[in-house]
Amino acid sequence: MLNYFNPSNTLKVINKIQKFIFALFIAVLILGLFEALVLSPEDYKQSDSVRIMYVHVPAAWISLSIFSVISILSFGILIFKNKNFILISKSLAPSGFVFNIIALVTGSIWGKPTWGTWWAWDARITSMLLLAVFYLMFMLSWKIFEDEKKSIKLSSYIAIFGLINVPIIKFSVDWWSTLHQPSSVNVFKETTIHSTMLMPLGIMTAAFALFSILIFLMKYHTELLKIKNKGLDRL
Amino acid sequence: MISEILNMNGYGLYVWSSFVFTLLSFGTLYFVTKIQLNKELRNFQTKFKNLDIEKAEIAKKQEIYRGILSSTSTSKI
Repeated sequence: MLNYFNPSNTLKVINKIQKFIFALFIAVLILGLFEALVLSPEDYKQSDSVRIMYVHVPAAWISLSIFSVISILSFGILIFKNKNFILISKSLAPSGFVFNIIALVTGSIWGKPTWGTWWAWDARITSMLLLAVFYLMFMLSWKIFEDEKKSIKLSSYIAIFGLINVPIIKFSVDWWSTLHQPSSVNVFKETTIHSTMLMPLGIMTAAFALFSILIFLMKYHTELLKIKNKGLDRL
Repeated sequence: MISEILNMNGYGLYVWSSFVFTLLSFGTLYFVTKIQLNKELRNFQTKFKNLDIEKAEIAKKQEIYRGILSSTSTSKI
C-alpha cells in the first residue's frame, strides 16, 4: 500500500496531470468568479458584501483541510517513518498557509462592513490566527535545524499538536458566543444557505481545491528534484 | 450594468479588494513555486550534463532519474 506512494510512481503522474489541473483550475475559477460576482443574488441583510463569502469560506475550508491532512500524515511519519509522507506534508504546507492568510485577510475586510470592525478577538478568528501560527512554525521547523531528523520530529510534533486546534476552529461558533454565525453549510444537518448561493460557493471551493492540488504537485516535484540533485552529487 | 457591478451597492471597495487580494495571493504563490521548480530543474540538468558517462549510465538505470529526465527538455534518454 505504502509503495503505491513511491516517488517514482508519483512523478510520472505529476508530469501527466499538472497541465490538465492548471487548465481545469482556470476554467472553474472563471466560472466561479462569474457566478460569485455577477449571477449570485445579494443578501437581504448584508447586501453585496456577502460576495466576500465566496473567497473567504473556501479559503478557510481548504486551509483547515490541508492542515488536517498534514497532521494525519505526521502520525504516519512518526509511526511508519515513511519519507514520502514527509515530502507530501512539506509540499502541502505553503498553499495551506496562503489559504489561511486569505481567510484571515478577507475575513477582516468582510468584518468592517458587517460588524463595524476590522478585527475582533472572537473565538473563530483567534483560532484561525493560531492555525496560521502553526503553519508558520511547521514551515520554519524545516529551516531552523540542519539535522534533518530533528526537523522531521519537530515538524511532526507541531502538526500533531496543531490538530487540537482544528475541532476548536470548527466548533468555536457552537461552544462560545462569537461574532460569527453558526455554520450554514452542514454535512449531517440541514444546510441553511440558499441554492443560488450554495452553487457559486461550491464552484469557488472546487477552484480553490484545484489550485491547492496544482501548487502541491509543483512543490512535490521541486522537493523531489532537490533530493535527486543531492543524489547526483553523491554519485 | 458595469458601474453596478463595480459599485456593489456601496460595498465595492470591500468586495473587490477581497477578490483582488485572493487572486494576487494565488498569482504570487504560483509564480514563486514555478521559479523554485524551474531552478531545481536547471540545477538537475546542469549536474546531469556534467556527469561522466559511467555515472550518467548509473543514474539512467534508476527509475526515479528516468522519470525526472523524461520530463526535462535536455533528456539524454
